[in-house]
Amino acid sequence: MEAVIFFLAAIGAIAGAIGVVALQNPFYSVLALVVHLFSLAALFLLLTAAFIAAAQVVVYAGAVMVLYVFVVAYVGGGGEPVEDPIHGQRFLGILVVSFLFVELSAAILSSALKALDTHGPDVPAGFGDPAAIGNLLLEKFLLPFEASSILLLIAAVGAIVLAARRREGAVP
Amino acid sequence: MNISWYIVLSALLFGIGAVGILVRRSPMVILLCLELMLNAGNLALVAFSREVGNGQGQVFALVVMVVAACEVVVGLGLIVAIFRRKLPLNVDDLRELRG
Repeated sequence: MEAVIFFLAAIGAIAGAIGVVALQNPFYSVLALVVHLFSLAALFLLLTAAFIAAAQVVVYAGAVMVLYVFVVAYVGGGGEPVEDPIHGQRFLGILVVSFLFVELSAAILSSALKALDTHGPDVPAGFGDPAAIGNLLLEKFLLPFEASSILLLIAAVGAIVLAARRREGAVP
Repeated sequence: MNISWYIVLSALLFGIGAVGILVRRSPMVILLCLELMLNAGNLALVAFSREVGNGQGQVFALVVMVVAACEVVVGLGLIVAIFRRKLPLNVDDLRELRG
């Protein structure tokens, strides 16, 4: 059963990712990314990371994708030239990345981490639920937690500064 | 399922995102492909967290999500600003900073 769910979610994730890269209309790319994110959430559930899966669906597939859809609707899609500026760019890109994939896979599969070929150790019932993650965030990782909140604040202010409509005659 | 399956899947998703960054020209699609790569990293982090049986990798994944959200916000702000100035939304034409 677990294997069936894994392969379904993996196929969904790969199909969504290929859709993001291959579809010409950015709006369809965003929708393909939503499919990809939901499949990843299913994979996170299989890895007993319930809170991460919920955050993935709520934050990513909910909030971030809505932002993308708004910007795509505002800017409008298309207008991307079909021909390559460098001859054979597509083929070369795919070739380089397939070498990268082979290298990464070889590095992973030949590593000395024995637990990679198991399901992982048995974990207690509350592993990865909001209480466990909250305990970790507020006790062991308090400083990274605060740093990421400051980062979010800076990003919000920066986005307002970047996208704000300026008065006529103001220096851009 | 063995953990190595998840790691290989994450390497594959990372590769697909990298192909997108190499071959696409629209800055919006490039941002989407960056999301793909960050999510592949997240999957690897959560898989390794399960492999060790320790929740700390999941906290890492949460921080990666925060960074991805910041990157999206600033990137989309830049795209809106480029659009307002009626510049072409094509990374081959936007190369004044390339030198």
